[in-house]
Amino acid sequence: MTGELAQNAVGDPLLNGGIFVFFVLVTLVIVFRASRRTKTAADYYAAGRSFTGPQNGVAISGDYLSAASFLGIAGAISVYGYDGFLYSIGFLVAWLVALLLVAELLRNTGKFTMGDVLSFRMRRRPVRAAAAVSTLVVSLFYLLAQMAGAGGLVALLFNVEGRGAQALVVAVVGLLMIVYVLVGGMRGTTWVQIVKTTLLIIGAGMMTAWALGSFGLNLSALLAEAAAKSSHGQAVLAPGLQYGKNLTTKIDFVSLGLALVLGTAGLPHILMRFYTVPSAKEARRTVVWAIWLIGIFYLFSLVIGYAAAALVPGGPQRIVSMPGEENSAAPLLAYQLGGEVLLGFISAVAFATILAVVAGLTITAAASFAHDVYANVIKQGNLNPDREVLVARITACVIGALAILGGIAALGQNVAFLVALAFAVAASANLPTILYSLFWKRFNTSGVLWSMYGGLVSSVLLIVFSPAVSGTHKSMFPSVDFAIFPLRNPALISVPLAFLLGYLGTVLSKGEVADAARFAEMEVRALTGAGAERSASAAPVPPPQRRPPLNTTPTGRLTR
Amino acid sequence: MSTTASVSGADGGHVGGVDRVDLVDPWAAAHTSVEFATLRRRFHGFVFPMTAFFLAWYFLYVLMAAFAPHFMAIKVVGDINIGLIFGLLQFGSTFAITTLYVQFANRRLDPLSNRIREQLEGGNW
Repeated sequence: MTGELAQNAVGDPLLNGGIFVFFVLVTLVIVFRASRRTKTAADYYAAGRSFTGPQNGVAISGDYLSAASFLGIAGAISVYGYDGFLYSIGFLVAWLVALLLVAELLRNTGKFTMGDVLSFRMRRRPVRAAAAVSTLVVSLFYLLAQMAGAGGLVALLFNVEGRGAQALVVAVVGLLMIVYVLVGGMRGTTWVQIVKTTLLIIGAGMMTAWALGSFGLNLSALLAEAAAKSSHGQAVLAPGLQYGKNLTTKIDFVSLGLALVLGTAGLPHILMRFYTVPSAKEARRTVVWAIWLIGIFYLFSLVIGYAAAALVPGGPQRIVSMPGEENSAAPLLAYQLGGEVLLGFISAVAFATILAVVAGLTITAAASFAHDVYANVIKQGNLNPDREVLVARITACVIGALAILGGIAALGQNVAFLVALAFAVAASANLPTILYSLFWKRFNTSGVLWSMYGGLVSSVLLIVFSPAVSGTHKSMFPSVDFAIFPLRNPALISVPLAFLLGYLGTVLSKGEVADAARFAEMEVRALTGAGAERSASAAPVPPPQRRPPLNTTPTGRLTR
Repeated sequence: MSTTASVSGADGGHVGGVDRVDLVDPWAAAHTSVEFATLRRRFHGFVFPMTAFFLAWYFLYVLMAAFAPHFMAIKVVGDINIGLIFGLLQFGSTFAITTLYVQFANRRLDPLSNRIREQLEGGNW
């Protein structure tokens, strides 16, 4: 694995470097151009709510088709075969939760962050604080995954073997990302996402067509070749290779499936994107575009993963021996198919993916801190928006620094797996609360706090005490063993627990009655979009004035 | 939009304008209207059963993959097995549900929700 420079260097580092620098420059130009139109808080956090559904759908796909999807899933399929495919199915089906239950209602009831919606009919300060804590934790987990992916990718391209050099790469990615966020805000990162997603889907489509073409467009022949190249033989074509060893790993597989399908609609950086469009109808179009683009992309990655196993000389065994390990499957296939130029193109797109996604994550986390914690909890709403944006920018720098440190610690982990952990935390801490808030009338502040903190603490603790962190050679800390929880993914326990805690917290808080008038208002707003935040450029519509909640008769007449 | 004429509807017989708005919480009024009840019933009637269906269908797939790998490995055409087809069907059902929902929302939800929103924002409630 070390010392064999000629065998491990892939492509021409100079050409790769040239394409990289070109990409970074192009994205920087985009970001600086976008910054000229960013003036208000709505501009900075929500791009002035001026994107169309299709534009935002492409951008949200970009957020979603992160390094984990592109490198991690293709890599997992190339090495573990079918079990890698489950990731993509879970990641896709999850969008139905967002489409049917969350996207439009959330767009109609909030302003910038998840905290806006959750605190709508609750006591604001504790709920906003909880939403911000959860947003920060989920975003940091997700950031770790992306940073680890960046390290692995650049390691492969520039043949950077040492941990110190890879750490340097992670630091550079982090610094670039901070620049994007400071300068471009949501508008800049959205445009970077749109450009990058378009290139990514074109690139993946080219590789898919090329790979299938070399088997005469016969998927079955491609699969047969992949099985022949793998040391596991036919087993790569059926489920069970990674998760089929024993009952524990099978249950782990189900737990992963649960995290994937419920996590998406709880991911703060996805939720925040619904505020960049002018209406709920555009939010719906956003999700529809996202589902089609993401679905098609995952079909591509299925082919790319098996094709990497089939076509890369040395097969899966060589893939795992490369710097970047299984994450290098897609770049290696690109090199095999199209030589240095395709490799450079695919790698630059993958690198742009990481930059854009980390920028999106950072702006979400920063917005949540500045908007929920600083402006609404600490300053209790008495803060001018300019100052709030300044706080958001400072937070972005802090988060960038944390992500760099964490990313260095996470180097070498499978990125799809790390992302799955972020999904587990999102599915546990956020989704139960979001659904209860939108659909359960009795749900109250205690319920929110029990569910969010319960889901957050249980999922994070279970991860800490799982084999993902310690005890096995693939763990984050392989040399120690405090893995007392057998599953690598905590969702199977922590998601039902969070739902249960939300229920118990609500029914056990005797003195606290849910605000029925606010629930009625929220339900009307959620379903009709009345009084929702509009595009900054459109004529402002005065929302209906709300009077303090008084007792109302069933016909809605006030009794004073 | 803020000065649109009175919209006929559930509240047609009442005096218009500022006076009435002072007496009524518009959200509560909208919430108790027949139109809103219809909108909510239609929305819930579609999304809840559909969510139950796609989650059940998805977990059937996950459980089969975990606990019936030999069944999933049965070959159907060449090296394409039941597992792969089952997985691709998950893609197909996701695309289908998306399309169904959009058609449903455009036809059955949007006209109603637009009407309620316009009444609310026009101050007619």
